[in-house]
Amino acid sequence: MLNGPAIFAASLLYLVLLFAVAWWGDKRADQGRSIIASPTIYALSMAVYCTTWTFYGSVGRAAVSGIGFLPIYLGPTLVMALGWFLLLKMIRIAKANRITSIADFISSRYGKSHLLGGLVTVIAVVGIVPYIALQLKAVSGSVSLLLHYPEIVMPGRSATLPVFADMSFYIALILAAFTIVFGTRHLDATERHEGMVAAIALESGVKLVSFLAVGLYVTYGLYDGFADIARRVAAADGLHRLATAIPTGQGYTGWFSLTLLAGLAILFLPRQFQIAVVENVGESHLKRAAWLFPLYLLLINLFVLPIALGGLLHFAGQGVDADTFVLTLPMAQRQEGLALLVFIGGLSAATGMVIVETIALSTMVCNDLVMPALLRLRGQALAGSSDLSRLLLGIRRGAIAVILLLGYLYFRLAGEAYALVAIGLISFAAVAQFAPAMIGGMYWRGGTRGGALAGLSAGFLVWCYTLLLPSFAKSGWLAADFLTQGPFAIALLRPQQLFGLTGLDEISHCLFWSFFANIGAYIAVSIMRPPTAAEASQATLFVDALKHARPVGAALWRGRAKISDLLALVGRFLGPQRAEAAFADYARSHGGVAVDVLEADAELVHFAESLLAGAIGSASARVMVASVATEEPLSLSEVMDILDEASQLRSYSRELERKSRELEAATRELKAANERLLELDRVKDDIMSSVTHELRTPLTSIRAFSEILRDDPKMHLADRERFLGLVVSEAERLTRLINQTLDLAKIESGNADWHATEVDLKALIEQSVAATSQLFRERGANVELDLPDQLPSILADHDRLIQVMLNLLSNAVKFLPPDAGLVRVSLRAGADGLEVAVADNGPGIRVQDQQLIFEKFRQVGDSMTAKPAGTGLGLPISRRIIEHFGGRLWVQSAVGEGATFCFFLPFAQTGGATEIAPAQGVHSQFVMEKT
Amino acid sequence: MHLRILTGERLVAVFLCGCVLFNYPLLSLFDRRVDVFGIPLIYVYIFAAWAGLIALMAWFIERSRD
Repeated sequence: MLNGPAIFAASLLYLVLLFAVAWWGDKRADQGRSIIASPTIYALSMAVYCTTWTFYGSVGRAAVSGIGFLPIYLGPTLVMALGWFLLLKMIRIAKANRITSIADFISSRYGKSHLLGGLVTVIAVVGIVPYIALQLKAVSGSVSLLLHYPEIVMPGRSATLPVFADMSFYIALILAAFTIVFGTRHLDATERHEGMVAAIALESGVKLVSFLAVGLYVTYGLYDGFADIARRVAAADGLHRLATAIPTGQGYTGWFSLTLLAGLAILFLPRQFQIAVVENVGESHLKRAAWLFPLYLLLINLFVLPIALGGLLHFAGQGVDADTFVLTLPMAQRQEGLALLVFIGGLSAATGMVIVETIALSTMVCNDLVMPALLRLRGQALAGSSDLSRLLLGIRRGAIAVILLLGYLYFRLAGEAYALVAIGLISFAAVAQFAPAMIGGMYWRGGTRGGALAGLSAGFLVWCYTLLLPSFAKSGWLAADFLTQGPFAIALLRPQQLFGLTGLDEISHCLFWSFFANIGAYIAVSIMRPPTAAEASQATLFVDALKHARPVGAALWRGRAKISDLLALVGRFLGPQRAEAAFADYARSHGGVAVDVLEADAELVHFAESLLAGAIGSASARVMVASVATEEPLSLSEVMDILDEASQLRSYSRELERKSRELEAATRELKAANERLLELDRVKDDIMSSVTHELRTPLTSIRAFSEILRDDPKMHLADRERFLGLVVSEAERLTRLINQTLDLAKIESGNADWHATEVDLKALIEQSVAATSQLFRERGANVELDLPDQLPSILADHDRLIQVMLNLLSNAVKFLPPDAGLVRVSLRAGADGLEVAVADNGPGIRVQDQQLIFEKFRQVGDSMTAKPAGTGLGLPISRRIIEHFGGRLWVQSAVGEGATFCFFLPFAQTGGATEIAPAQGVHSQFVMEKT
Repeated sequence: MHLRILTGERLVAVFLCGCVLFNYPLLSLFDRRVDVFGIPLIYVYIFAAWAGLIALMAWFIERSRD
């Protein structure tokens, strides 16, 4: 089943499937229903990081150095924790300035410099070529292995074959054609490829599934779990060291270098920049991807060591390359389906990398290398042509083909001498050179174009000398004594022991010297002179990217332009229809006027420039716009003024926001206070009306009787005396009412005087009963006392308690039936206090009235007809007094069975004076004011 | 906004913690011939620490969502 045609058919089917997904993704994107707008898809597409290096190479690396493959994945995990700041800032900057590649990013940051963009492009292309060679090597190796199935034959040295008989060459061509069809079908101003991202996400899924499948098969099918493999390894000679230790050749320095290198690669590899920054659909996706992507890395590495050790055990002494274990283990077991799945997984890893990487590189080559050169050399010819979009596409397609062929060339020259991972690390060290200029550019305003140029060149040269040239030397393409003796036999210049530095592995060695040169030159040259106006304005845009609500780029341009010129210019690069559509959109969002009446102000010029920047890079875009617009150059001080103004405006607006928030809070407080005042006012009115009502009743009586006495001088003496008696009693009632109101107000406001003394309650009750005996006699009623001897005394105010007792007794008298009344007063001692009950045999109180009688001015009974017999304040005052001493006053009653008023006083007072609820406090305040 | 800043600080803490966990000298503590359920100690340590860091990140980030 596993023969040439089958393999070819499977590969073709898979590529067609990818293409279909990409086509569908593009179509949905055009309809505005993106299929990649999800953090999961974003994280999966980031997994383009895992190439055949991971898929085949990790196992090879693990077979040599045990867990030495892990730093490549731990570094990105750590950096993703910082992605919250770093990647977010990169995304913001790129979106605001229409940046479409890492070369554009650096060139734009340092004053839109053509030279810098070109240098970055050269470094990226030269640095990435070995990485592309790695993919070719892996894919052609896997195809060649499968073609020899069922035997396991290691791929021969393809360098010995002529180019046209070498399968790798055709694979490179197929990949180039596939990428061209895939990534450069049309020109987009934003350089976003939604369909491609969808296909890449699918590929990431496929490679994870197939790697997990082969991992599970080897670990649990071939062997009995990882522990079983580890046990066998322990028995085998010399292998145990692999499973347990940091590799000796690498050491902790090497481990650290690899972690750092991989962490930088995840940010600055052109394909990672393309996927994570340029293709980012929404900033919020970054959040979940920040942990999903590391999770992906963990999963795909879980079975690397078991497969490597299993392969070493299985193929002991058979000369099978460990880089091929993933494929050869299923093949050796005749697992044809699994082998094919692994092959497709490896193909996914390779195509994913090649597609994204070459698209990213071709954009850079086109925008930052070829276009600037064309503009300089053939500016006149370009100005004559009306639509350059086809030319741009042509350049990109050519660049893709050239890059893949360069990869093939490197593969033939140097690829055989290295394992997969070693080739990849050479590329990682190259892109790491971008780190100082990138990170410095995002966080340090002082970095200048000169500094970036010097740093990048120095770092790149050191990288070439210590890593790239040795890779040629090791493959025999350069004389070997270049490595061992140094150039011209100068031992101090030996590329991998530069200046006699030994004890480091080649990657750490290169990383140290290249960063030393790179960072040193970047900082030294940058601080030699102050930034120019263009550098300073771009530095502010980049460093403050997270502070600006909207880009201030437009503010930094002053000059004149004609709308028709701008439209024609953009049309030449994007195609006339696209340009018109973009301008129409702009017009709609700026007041809905027609395109030709738009004002060609700084904002529009900035808009046109950023449209162009998407297609031809920011440096070229600036040159092109300058060719149709008359720009008045700004001096550094003017730029600083504008930026200061912008930042002042920002701080003013922040200040305003703060003020308005404070105002809002104050308004809310005022409103609440006002509501409270209104409520108090209402309460006051209530009190006023009830108090005046209560006062009016006796006053009315007094006035009525007085008027009768005045108007009728012939009145009988007996009547006269009776009326006068009434006047006196009503006046007394009035006095009582006023006294009690004052008393209650005092108690409620906490101003009452309390004299706490030892009180003998039994004596107190007897005294009260004696004082009211006259009342009982008048009513013909009896009082029964039930008072035990020997009771503990209690701490309270004697006079106040008398007041309570008198009130309860006089209340009882009022409701007794004439001549048959009976009042029982009892005193009981409980565990924690004394309880007094005053029971009468009157009409009783309805349940619903039992709470009302404790409210002020409430008198229960037939209040409409019967004349009120009291002031309505006695019970509320009594309750307050009892509560003041920590006790309770309550009533038990039923209609027709009399009423029993009880109060309880504790031996030990808890808390002293009772709490006064705010409303009541206010209540009394008003009463006080009124009196 | 406050929670956003806090989440950022938490993630920086995860980063620093990871830097320490995955480097000398902590790593050397686990670099010895000891097995955990038959699996080499250093392998178990790295994957456990790795999974722990991812879980922490997931927890911090997902909690800050709303």
